[in-house]
Amino acid sequence: MTTLDFTTHTVPLDGKAKISAKNVNLWYGEKQALHNINLEVGENQVTALIGPSGCGKSTFLRCLNRMNDTITSCRIQGDIRIDGDDIYAQALDVVHLRARVGMVFQKPNPFPKSIFENVAYGPRLHGLAESKDHMEHIVKSSLERAGLWKEVSDRLQSPGTGLSGGQQQRLCIARAIAVSPEVILMDEPCSALDPIATAKIEELIDELRENFTIAIVTHSMQQAARVSQRTAFFHLGVLVENGPTEGIFTNPVDKRTQDYVTGRFG
Amino acid sequence: MTDVAGKFTVEPFSASAEKRERFNRLLKKRYAAEARFKMWGIVAVSVAVVFLVLLLGSILLQGASAFSTTKVELELYLDPAVIDPQGTKDPQTIASADYNQILRASMSKLFPEVQGRRERRDMMSLLSSGAAYEVAGHVRDNPDLIGQTIRFEVLTDDLVDMLRKGYIERNVPEADRKLNDFQLGIYDKLVATGALGGAFNTELITTGDSREPENAGLWGAVVGSFLTLVVTLGIAFPLGVMAAVYLEEFAPKNRITDMIEVNINNLAAVPSIVFGLLGLAVFLNFFGMPRSAPVVGGLVLALQALPIIIIASRAAIKAVPPSIREAALGMGASPLQTVMHHTLPLSMPGMLTGAILGMAHALGETAPLLMIGMVAFIVDIPSGFSSPATVLPVQIYLWADSPERAFVEKTSAAIIVLLLFLISMNAIAIYLRKKFERKW
Repeated sequence: MTTLDFTTHTVPLDGKAKISAKNVNLWYGEKQALHNINLEVGENQVTALIGPSGCGKSTFLRCLNRMNDTITSCRIQGDIRIDGDDIYAQALDVVHLRARVGMVFQKPNPFPKSIFENVAYGPRLHGLAESKDHMEHIVKSSLERAGLWKEVSDRLQSPGTGLSGGQQQRLCIARAIAVSPEVILMDEPCSALDPIATAKIEELIDELRENFTIAIVTHSMQQAARVSQRTAFFHLGVLVENGPTEGIFTNPVDKRTQDYVTGRFG
Repeated sequence: MTDVAGKFTVEPFSASAEKRERFNRLLKKRYAAEARFKMWGIVAVSVAVVFLVLLLGSILLQGASAFSTTKVELELYLDPAVIDPQGTKDPQTIASADYNQILRASMSKLFPEVQGRRERRDMMSLLSSGAAYEVAGHVRDNPDLIGQTIRFEVLTDDLVDMLRKGYIERNVPEADRKLNDFQLGIYDKLVATGALGGAFNTELITTGDSREPENAGLWGAVVGSFLTLVVTLGIAFPLGVMAAVYLEEFAPKNRITDMIEVNINNLAAVPSIVFGLLGLAVFLNFFGMPRSAPVVGGLVLALQALPIIIIASRAAIKAVPPSIREAALGMGASPLQTVMHHTLPLSMPGMLTGAILGMAHALGETAPLLMIGMVAFIVDIPSGFSSPATVLPVQIYLWADSPERAFVEKTSAAIIVLLLFLISMNAIAIYLRKKFERKW
């Protein structure tokens, strides 16, 4: 095996950065999973993280709302800031961070509760609703923004787990946006869905971009090309190339990026 | 790789007759093995079912007759001169009167020909020694009856009951028989007049233990078992669930928690008598808690049920999909909220199953309770957690140990009641599990 090539080609962000990660290194036990990542996620943009399996893109995503905290062997070094706030600072509360940075997972994971309760869970947790009416309004608007309201408005009390896969994933998105986060992280949100459900989610992501900053991990390069404005390509724990999506897919600088996007490996 | 593939080529099995035959032979062998495996499974299940049927069948056959008892209806003249000569109507006086005299008078009226002192004694011994107390209780509750002649059913002696049920053989020589020919004659006359007959044995399920088989009941043991299990459940379930949640969700994974885990697993295999000795040494001798009390029995059984509940609860927590936990944490729930809102409700059915398993163990446990004095002969129905009590399995042990023939069927009846207790507990557990169960 050849030694790792640590070079990163970055086309600087031209807008405002919502998240900026500097020199992030991460280890699972003895094994280093991320090598010196420097990445900026632009505000109200969709940033796609692509790369072959095990390249560290999900790991990086999970650093952004500190979901890696639950893994005991995980050790992280570096500096990640959201609007200039260091998210690994002692003073920052992880609950507060996760209210600002929502997450949608690979497998739809609604709670085994009613659709209403699924969406109301976050607002209730953080005390966002002032009254019952207010809560109903939050639930309704979240479901509307997630494009699910029309399908479920007549059965809010039926279990969320009874929905189809695509509906469940949109329910999870509704649940995530119900607390009005600033950033939404999506970890391969469409990998368990059929093409029609995927198309709906992609449309939704495009709409959500107006109000939220989105970082999405995906295995589908077409999806990355369709939904994102910027793309970051990870390989073996290294951020290889990072720039406007068009550039990455049409005119990659690095040989590795070129090989990947043209399907020569991965 | 390549040279190996070159050396061995795999031909399809249809290539030659020889190969086909070989393939068919292997196929036949495979099916035979499957059929053999299936057969052994059926044999194993059948053996288990046969034993279960034998066990339950023999218990039911032996125990069923204990649910009926033999009573004799007598005409009793409640003589005021005997019961309440002063006419005070004081319940104390009424209750302590000599009702044996009234019973004797009634029997003498039925059998005026019986004159000898010895015959009279034999005749009276056909009635239960508790008969006088029955009459006393009835008259105390209805003092207006004094002076009247009433028809009243009293229990017969257990030997009469055994005779009616056919457990005493008439063709055995008189000397080897518990009832002599004279007593058999009286019995036959009572049966002929229709005064003597079977009745449902309410005593068995409403009274406490007794030395007299016809008066012995299970209610004391049932209440004792219930009180003991309430203590056991009240202590072992919350402790077990909390320990499991802590170990699964919060405890750091290091050598100390590994040690604790190994020890919990070992604790589940410790012989129960050891827990009894522990209870004797700690609860009775050190803390000075009351002997034979359900609270101590419950504590001892809680110690025994704890590891079972912890192990089952941990398995139930482990079975909750991690995606639910991630979802809750991702929404900003604290670890405690994640547990309380999601993990615990979702694992509750499994935890209840474990708890019921532990409770069922505790219900059937005898040895540790012997050590803390619950084996005592206790007549009174326990009135609280610290009053002396015994439990169903100990009652079974005590009755099985009694020499009277009538206790044989009572022992089986007690086993039936114990099994019913167990079944109802399991039914409650299944109901709760179904209620708490959620699909995802």
